[in-house]
Amino acid sequence: MDDVKTPSSEERKSALSGLGTSRKRVEDARFTQGKGNYVDDIKLKGMLFGDFVRSPVAHAKIKKIDTTAALALPGVHAVLTAADLEPLGLHWMPTLAGDKQMVLADGKVLFQGQEVAFVVGDDRYAVSDGVALVEVEYDELPVVTDPFKAEMENAPVLREDIADQKEGAHGPRRHPNHIFTWESGDKEGTNKVLDEAEVVADEMVYYHRTHPCPLETCGCVASMDKVNGKLTVWGTFQAPHAVRTVASLISSIPEHNIRIISPDIGGGFGNKVGVYPGYVCAIVASIVTGVPIKWVEDRMDNLMATAFARDYWMHGKISATKEGKITGLWCHTTADHGAFDACADPTKFPAGFMNICTGSYDIPVAYLAVDGVYTNKAPGGVAYRCSFRVTEASYFIERMIEVLALKLGMDSAELRSKNFIKKEQFPYTSALGWEYDSGDYHKAWDKALEAVNYKKLREDQAKQLELFKSGKSRKLIGIGLSHFTEIVGAGPVKNCDILGLGMFDACEIRIHPTGSAIARLGTISQGQGHATTFAQILASEIGIPASDITLEEGDTDTAPYGLGTYGSRSTPVAGAATAMAGRKIRAKAQMIAAYLLEVHDDDLEWDVDRFVVKGAPDKFKTMKEIAFASYNQAIPGVEPGLEAVSYYDPPNMTYPNGAYICVMEIDVDTGVSEIKKVYALDDCGTRINPMIIEGQVHGGLTEALAISMGQEIAYDEQGNVMTGTLMDFFVPTAWETPNYETDFTETPSPHHPIGAKGVGESPNVGGVSAFSNAVHDAFKPFGLTQAHMPHDHWRVWKIAKDLGLHN
Amino acid sequence: MIPSAFKFYKPNSIEKAVSIMKDFGDEARVIAGGHSLIPVMKQRLTDIKHLIDLSAIKELKGINISGKSISIGAMTTQVELITNENLFKSAPVIREASLQIADPQVRNLGTIGGNVANGDPANDMPGLMQLLDATYKLSGTNGVREVKAREFYEAAYFTAREDDEILISISFDAPIGGYAYEKQKRKIGDYATAAAGVILNVDKGVCSSASIALTNLSDTPVYCYEAVGLLTGKKIDDNLLSQVTKSCVEQSDPVADQRGPVEFKKYVAGVVINKALKRAFERS
Repeated sequence: MDDVKTPSSEERKSALSGLGTSRKRVEDARFTQGKGNYVDDIKLKGMLFGDFVRSPVAHAKIKKIDTTAALALPGVHAVLTAADLEPLGLHWMPTLAGDKQMVLADGKVLFQGQEVAFVVGDDRYAVSDGVALVEVEYDELPVVTDPFKAEMENAPVLREDIADQKEGAHGPRRHPNHIFTWESGDKEGTNKVLDEAEVVADEMVYYHRTHPCPLETCGCVASMDKVNGKLTVWGTFQAPHAVRTVASLISSIPEHNIRIISPDIGGGFGNKVGVYPGYVCAIVASIVTGVPIKWVEDRMDNLMATAFARDYWMHGKISATKEGKITGLWCHTTADHGAFDACADPTKFPAGFMNICTGSYDIPVAYLAVDGVYTNKAPGGVAYRCSFRVTEASYFIERMIEVLALKLGMDSAELRSKNFIKKEQFPYTSALGWEYDSGDYHKAWDKALEAVNYKKLREDQAKQLELFKSGKSRKLIGIGLSHFTEIVGAGPVKNCDILGLGMFDACEIRIHPTGSAIARLGTISQGQGHATTFAQILASEIGIPASDITLEEGDTDTAPYGLGTYGSRSTPVAGAATAMAGRKIRAKAQMIAAYLLEVHDDDLEWDVDRFVVKGAPDKFKTMKEIAFASYNQAIPGVEPGLEAVSYYDPPNMTYPNGAYICVMEIDVDTGVSEIKKVYALDDCGTRINPMIIEGQVHGGLTEALAISMGQEIAYDEQGNVMTGTLMDFFVPTAWETPNYETDFTETPSPHHPIGAKGVGESPNVGGVSAFSNAVHDAFKPFGLTQAHMPHDHWRVWKIAKDLGLHN
Repeated sequence: MIPSAFKFYKPNSIEKAVSIMKDFGDEARVIAGGHSLIPVMKQRLTDIKHLIDLSAIKELKGINISGKSISIGAMTTQVELITNENLFKSAPVIREASLQIADPQVRNLGTIGGNVANGDPANDMPGLMQLLDATYKLSGTNGVREVKAREFYEAAYFTAREDDEILISISFDAPIGGYAYEKQKRKIGDYATAAAGVILNVDKGVCSSASIALTNLSDTPVYCYEAVGLLTGKKIDDNLLSQVTKSCVEQSDPVADQRGPVEFKKYVAGVVINKALKRAFERS
């Protein structure tokens, strides 16, 4: 050996920037310089623009659509209506939830902002003028905005197309406005426990309608090449492969002739999972006109018409012994789905994973029923920065814990601790049938309480309460506690599919001769930093520095099939596929190294970035050397090249969890709240990139803050959207955003190849409960049990007023 | 969110601007910072055929202070109002109020003239100008005339300005006494849930003169004559300030919106007015 010192294992490991490294995001160079490439940046030769005539009313028959004036306008090329789409069978389209949805209004409109006609013209200006000239005569019908009135005997029938159908995609329908009843758990057993319980808390918990509101709205560019018969669609798609399959099924264009490309996406948060009329109309218009068509929503379109989130009325009953041991949980949810059931859930779960609503607690028996109903509101029901209906479930149980603590006269921190699933109970099967893979809730909870000095917080709160009661202050302090368990990483093909497509995911890796690599995945980043983190997973698996690995996603012609990015599934599913594909690479590399070193495969061991002959540390082949050899040596029995692909079907979901605490000061006279502290402890299993985790937690907490403190999609009784612009739809700025303290415990998932669980959505799940519970906690001494979100100034003021706190 | 077609003009003198206004009547509108006008044009809530940009007219810009007389050109931006030290010395309430308008990006373009002339009851400057008893100078086909801010506002978006007139400047005397502009809003950039401006001149605990104006609590700014009458000549204590607050709230006539119902707005108005009164008193 020469005198050059071989770097130690630790030094070589550090050079890889693999797992656990706060590697800087490789995406940021282009984003921070304005060099991203979003849908609206795509400009093709001869491209035309399309936009919608939208319904100004919530429920009406369409008597007439007159497109004459619009068509006469210079620059307007075509106006599509349902009548034009009907011969193609495209005036309706299937939804992800087994329902169907109008692409363009077919005889009636069912919500304000519904797509009525699609105007195609030279540019946005011509199209906007054209839209203004399309004359639509509406014959208004009575409107249903209250889900509890939807099933009344004399309620107006919204979906006349299926009014007589007694059977829906998810079982029997009992009313023309009823979509499904979904049940989970033991109804009789739960009722029995509740009937005989020492203590029962009963509460209606509403999680209001809101909207993911990504900075970039939805849009696409559709280009039909009539020469080769190939349709290319660039779009804001969180699941490009699923879009390709759906597009093929509904258009009859063979799937190999469809190419879907998701370019850079400016945030999705569930809003970009579904298929929207804009995509269908752009595709049809491109086929009709023979030129590319662009459709991009404006902000009002996005808030009014594309997928909303939440809108669950959750009636709960929770029972316990006098000592505070929870004995049972019952929940009936009324789910307001709007005009079409366009929820983006795995097929067998019309209410998503709402049956994770037993939360972090060892509850012996539980029952859940969810009734979905139609109303005159926009369709949707997507998982806004959470797995399917998991924030609803988590908010529900975290409120029920609080109301139970009130009933018991017990500190809710203690009540939680008393009922957590214990470390030794994992894997734990919940009363509603999920197998929680791992967790150490007590460890996290105790760490959190200690970090915030919970005892001292309660003392400070009591002092402030005295000042309030003695008239020296008009402010109260609330301490919001939250412990959450998510269920993410959908999911095992045996029970998770979307439109029959199993929810596996995939990674394909090619190692180049000089030892760098490209990896392609079935997911698509919308800001999560996949190009940074997945390269880190691979770096640790195959010993090639993360900076030498290109990550590519979003082009269905090149990426392996996967179900996309939402529900925190990328790391649990595609991240696992990445590790598994890396292991296949390593297995082949081991054979090549054995040949080169003239030893048996089993005589080698892996050391960071190389295979070393056991007991002979000087004899090794680095991954770089092996890569080159794979391209230039004829190795008996081994194919040339170094590539691998893995399609990963996860054996189980993952269960990220955490403990969040918020301290809030509330002015009872103005309803203004000031957040004094937010502490967020996450256990997402193995941590791939701590810096990205921290960023995800900050972002998710800010969305949670928005939702709990002011953000909503509100309708008036006529079905008018009252929050159609960012004037009234609350998106916090830096000014409204408090300081966040983040922390962690690390309990790896036992079934995930690297033990990772996913984290992007945890802070929204845990955050909403923490903020909302803080508001409730502030008013607890005056008898408040439940006040619905969002806790904006006037609603908080109303709590104080109703409790008699105003003079 | 695309406006209908319009012709764009950028005259370099008030005379030229007025002559365009005369030619097109109510089909023409002037544009200053555009933060109110452009959104309603984009939503096609208004159809303007001729848009006259005033930014090239030099005489509409600038802050002139001569003794206690202050004159501000209509095209002076809010950031200029905030950063002008002499204006701050003469009328510090303007900085306090301006800092509560929108956000820095908006204030870089938003002008005092646009803010007061649009007649939007949610804007802060109209109430502030009533507080200062400002005079608006309007230039039109029939020459120049003056209108008091307290007489300018007729209803939401309806003012004493004629179709062919342009608001060119605003003048007022430097206020004497303690001041405060208090505003509650939902977030940065929002209009007021309730806002109040107060100026109190106090001599040995007795109020010698006062001014109180409210923002976004009616379809015009509200100048609280009765409350001012209650204050003037009286010894100031908490009890009097409560009575004055009550009188102001009685003058208000807010409408329900996403910020909350009328009952809430009136209650918050009381809190905001009382805070402003107390802060102005402390500063007097």
